[in-house]
Amino acid sequence: MSTEHAGSRRAYYAVFLVLLACTYLTWQVAYFDLGPLNTLAALGIAIFKATLVVLFFMHARTSPRLTWLVVIAGVFWLLILMTLTATDYLTRTWR
Amino acid sequence: MLGMWVFLVTEILFFGGLFLTYSVYRYWYPAAFAAASHEMIVWAGTLNTVVLITSSLTMALAVQAAHTGERRTLIVLLIATMALGCVFLGVKAFEYRTEFVERHIPGHGFQFEGAYARQAQIFFSLYFVMTGLHALHMIIGLGVMAVMLWWSWRGVITAQYSSPIEISGLYWHFVDIVWIFLFPLLYLVGRHVH
Repeated sequence: MSTEHAGSRRAYYAVFLVLLACTYLTWQVAYFDLGPLNTLAALGIAIFKATLVVLFFMHARTSPRLTWLVVIAGVFWLLILMTLTATDYLTRTWR
Repeated sequence: MLGMWVFLVTEILFFGGLFLTYSVYRYWYPAAFAAASHEMIVWAGTLNTVVLITSSLTMALAVQAAHTGERRTLIVLLIATMALGCVFLGVKAFEYRTEFVERHIPGHGFQFEGAYARQAQIFFSLYFVMTGLHALHMIIGLGVMAVMLWWSWRGVITAQYSSPIEISGLYWHFVDIVWIFLFPLLYLVGRHVH
């Protein structure tokens, strides 16, 4: 039991360092002009960071399947919201 | 535990609506958003990101300490988490004050140099609503942590009864995640345009 806890503590520190590295990366990459890639990089890094927090700090990794279902359903509904709105606004200039 | 997850899903959609509004306006006025975002104090936003990530670490370690019944460690880590939360709000208050002095508060007194004054006002409205609601969540989180600290102090929290700490931790981490998205979208947009 105690080695298991020591192990997860090490994992927390590792996740923490990766999160700090990602923060530095997203901050630095913003100063380069990459066109639309700037937004993609910012969102990609943010999604990666959020996933790390959910999986490790919030223990989703070791949570029951029902928790997984709730999390995935939440993200799925957010995607419906975003996608269906985008089908309107992004296509208004189409002929 | 599951109840908190379900609540957090409603929170995802709550903030999701704001992120959606942000996306639509940014799609309409990309240049104005870049110009307005340029006025953000980047070091403050970056510092606050680091502060919140660190507070998530201390929170995760606090949950661990609660599970193993290490009362003293738990109390120290909860205090550390709350202190970092206060640092975040302090930096945020400094930023709001700066925006106030620079007349970036949307409304009659709003002033913005350049061609995008009207659209920049939309950016600043979204900035204040999104970060304001986020700060409100931080304040609620601090209140929850104060109760957790009180319970830990009184010995209510034990290795057998540690779920209140874990559930509060879920909320705290969620607020951190919202900031992880707010930081690049509000502070770093158009940083490369100079």
